[in-house]
Amino acid sequence: MTIDATDRRIVAATSGGLPLVPEPFAEVARWLALTEDEVMARIRAMQATGVIRRIALAPNHYALGLVANGMSVWDVHDMQVDALGAKVGALDFVSHCYRRPRALPDWPYNLFAMLHGQDRDEVAAKREQVAALLGPACRGHDILYSTRILKKTGLRLSGEG
Amino acid sequence: MRRAPLPADSLDAADRAILNAFQAGFPVVSRPFAEAGAALGLSEDELVTRIARLREVGAVTRFGPFFDAEAMGGAFCLCAMEVPADRFDTVVTLVNALPEVAHNYERAHRLNLWFVLATERPEAIDSAADRIERETGLKVLRFPKEREFFIGFRVAV
Repeated sequence: MTIDATDRRIVAATSGGLPLVPEPFAEVARWLALTEDEVMARIRAMQATGVIRRIALAPNHYALGLVANGMSVWDVHDMQVDALGAKVGALDFVSHCYRRPRALPDWPYNLFAMLHGQDRDEVAAKREQVAALLGPACRGHDILYSTRILKKTGLRLSGEG
Repeated sequence: MRRAPLPADSLDAADRAILNAFQAGFPVVSRPFAEAGAALGLSEDELVTRIARLREVGAVTRFGPFFDAEAMGGAFCLCAMEVPADRFDTVVTLVNALPEVAHNYERAHRLNLWFVLATERPEAIDSAADRIERETGLKVLRFPKEREFFIGFRVAV
């Protein structure tokens, strides 16, 4: 899927966020010397093709008191991982949930879910809830807590990698 | 980004309703705050003011479109390495030196180094990971996203 030069200008202009004014798309149009209709039409088209995943407000978990987070990882039966992954992703304490390939023999886990809580005990309790939801389709699981941020740079285009 | 919790009374019920309502979607219309506010019983002005305040106090990190870099031709890959403790700092320096490394975290696990590679073209992911393997002599496990399940998050109202 490709986007043209005008789309790229809209992406660049809004990658820091939408202006908080009553007519935000008209404002973006003014910045780029386009019409409001064209900006809205292009944004809708980018939503339809998936270039824009959503227009949303991203909460700051830390500010909301959820200062503990862990990357929980699960070895879920291949036939059930997609159906169960959707259920895990819908849990209110899970912020990101992805299916990824295993790396056998080093790594048996194929489902990743970031769990958030007020402390590690709460995160551990939530891990148990996920384990109960997955049931016998899950053959093993683990959780990895981050101990240090070593680098964080670049434009954050989507949620996570 | 703010990493400390806000005081307990910083957000009222309307703020929390806004946080929950606007994680999924925001209308692409001429006066979106008027339309979105109506669903929450808030005026256009009040909604704009509240979102501005939520951003100011650090309760939200961003308000706007979230782009899929992969749909624009770019690529991301989560990678992990098992780095011996006595070589950790040296390896981190080598890994962080690559511009393709976007985020890098130390995690408490046998696989103790987890980072995200972000490149403009998919082929560049493997060349960056291969280069790290050559420079460090350590294996770089690659966990590209195969499927994303709904990214959601709710605050208690």
